[in-house]
Amino acid sequence: MNHTFRLIQSYLIAGFLLFTGVNFVTAQDHDDHHEGNHHSEPDEGHGGEYDPANTAFHHISDQNVYSLGFADLPLPCFLYAKDGGWDVFMSSKFGIGHHGNGHYAYNRYVLVESIVRRITDESFPMGKVELSDHPYHHEMVMVDGKEKEQVTVNYDGNHYNLENKSTLDGGLMGGGLTSFYDFSLTKNVVSLLLIAIFLFIVFSAVAKRYKQDALRAPKGVQSFLEPIFLFIQDEVAKPFLGHKWQKYLPFLMCLFFLIFALNLFGQIPFLGNANVTGNLTFTMVLAVIAFFVVNFSGKKAYWEHVFWMPGVPVFVKPILTVVEVMGVFIKPLTLMLRLAANITAGHMIIVIFVSLIFIFNEAGQNMVGSVPGLALSVPLTMFMMAIELLVALVQAFVFTILTASYIGAAIEEHH
Amino acid sequence: MLVLAEFNVLRPDPGLLFWSVLIFLIFWFLMAKFAFKPITNALIKRENHIQDALNDARKAKEELRRIQTENEKLLDEARQERAQLLKDAKDQGSKIVEEAKSKAKEEAGKILTQAKEEIENQKKAALHDVKNQVTTLALNVAEQVVRKNLSDQEGQVQLVKGLVDDINLS
Repeated sequence: MNHTFRLIQSYLIAGFLLFTGVNFVTAQDHDDHHEGNHHSEPDEGHGGEYDPANTAFHHISDQNVYSLGFADLPLPCFLYAKDGGWDVFMSSKFGIGHHGNGHYAYNRYVLVESIVRRITDESFPMGKVELSDHPYHHEMVMVDGKEKEQVTVNYDGNHYNLENKSTLDGGLMGGGLTSFYDFSLTKNVVSLLLIAIFLFIVFSAVAKRYKQDALRAPKGVQSFLEPIFLFIQDEVAKPFLGHKWQKYLPFLMCLFFLIFALNLFGQIPFLGNANVTGNLTFTMVLAVIAFFVVNFSGKKAYWEHVFWMPGVPVFVKPILTVVEVMGVFIKPLTLMLRLAANITAGHMIIVIFVSLIFIFNEAGQNMVGSVPGLALSVPLTMFMMAIELLVALVQAFVFTILTASYIGAAIEEHH
Repeated sequence: MLVLAEFNVLRPDPGLLFWSVLIFLIFWFLMAKFAFKPITNALIKRENHIQDALNDARKAKEELRRIQTENEKLLDEARQERAQLLKDAKDQGSKIVEEAKSKAKEEAGKILTQAKEEIENQKKAALHDVKNQVTTLALNVAEQVVRKNLSDQEGQVQLVKGLVDDINLS
């Protein structure tokens, strides 16, 4: 019953994200209620109950370990605590174990589900400290009348509270400012860096060929990239930006190719399936940069349309001003949510479809159950991956074309 | 029970935010400078080149068509000229033949007339001669008649008759 319920819940979350990209908090709160029955039970490891929702959350989250499935690659951690200053080390210091749970604490930092958390209690010893087996537990506690998840670590018979890293949602998404900040090169940062470098190498090689002789027929990677490049140039930049298309083309190309490459990279099995473009922080960065580009290039006509719409009766103007000013912020907001929601939902659905195998064979305890599990999981996963290939392209294209249209509206001289 | 995985996808993370901004801005700068701008410029250059080449080809085609029509025209003219020349030559030829014919005819006529005249003249001359001979004969006859005896009527007639017969026979 338990896992079926969690599964249905995960489907609902994924479906919801697909269409709205919001409202995850309530779903997770619900999740926590359900989880409440199992307070403080010890970690049962692999033999225990299989939880697809937990697997999905684990896989799509940003982590301090780059997990390839068959190997866990440690990543550099740059941690800043208000009371402890900077700590720089590799996450291998934690002794990465099952589920990315660390065997050691280091300078009061621990690794839980591949993510760094901090022990708030100052009585906990500094330096490298070996922990017992399955030291991490979580329970629900009441904070200001709201039920909240509290993760603890067991050491020397005492439970020490763990704190999450600071997030900038102001408690809106269950996060908030805590005692430390994580500036580590996480899985997402590393993936982003790798893809950025990869794209730069590929494109500089292609650009070199163009520079050598612009009139030569394209060849190799150049022939693959040129139609895509021309498509964005001719179908996105030119129609929306008019004669100024050349000025904004690099920005649009960066958006398109970076998003597209990251979307695809996240789908390659056994390469970590980094969910960079599905991470709200990353899409927020893109959206905010797009917001600045749009509004810094806004011409007189654009601001006129925002603040005092011409061509409508005076009594309508203030109403439109409110709507338009909201629109200025809602546009990047939708960009941010659409991309993150679509990619995260895709990743979640694929993880859940793969999880069907483990649900049916009860996490390896009933191998006969693998048969219907496989029969369901394989076609569904293949179907979803095919859809996700399309989504990868469509979402990159949509983000680019909408940014182009916003810039186009801002630089229009008159209409 | 497992520890619930931290679901940080929807929480803006200052660390990821910092790295994303940094990486994206550097990426944007480098890609614009070393990749997208050179590629765009090259593509524009190539586009212009292709357009120029197409224009040139169209121009060349038009030129070729113009030359072809001109050739056609020249050929036509030449053909016409040749026909004209042939016609002229033919005309000239027939004219010459005609002329020759008429000249020949004229000449023949002339010769005929001359011949006729000659004949006439000869005839006249012959007649004249005959007359003269006749006259001479007549005179001879008369002389002989006269010389013979004119008394003999019968004899005279016989004589004349003999003379006349002689004349006819001769």
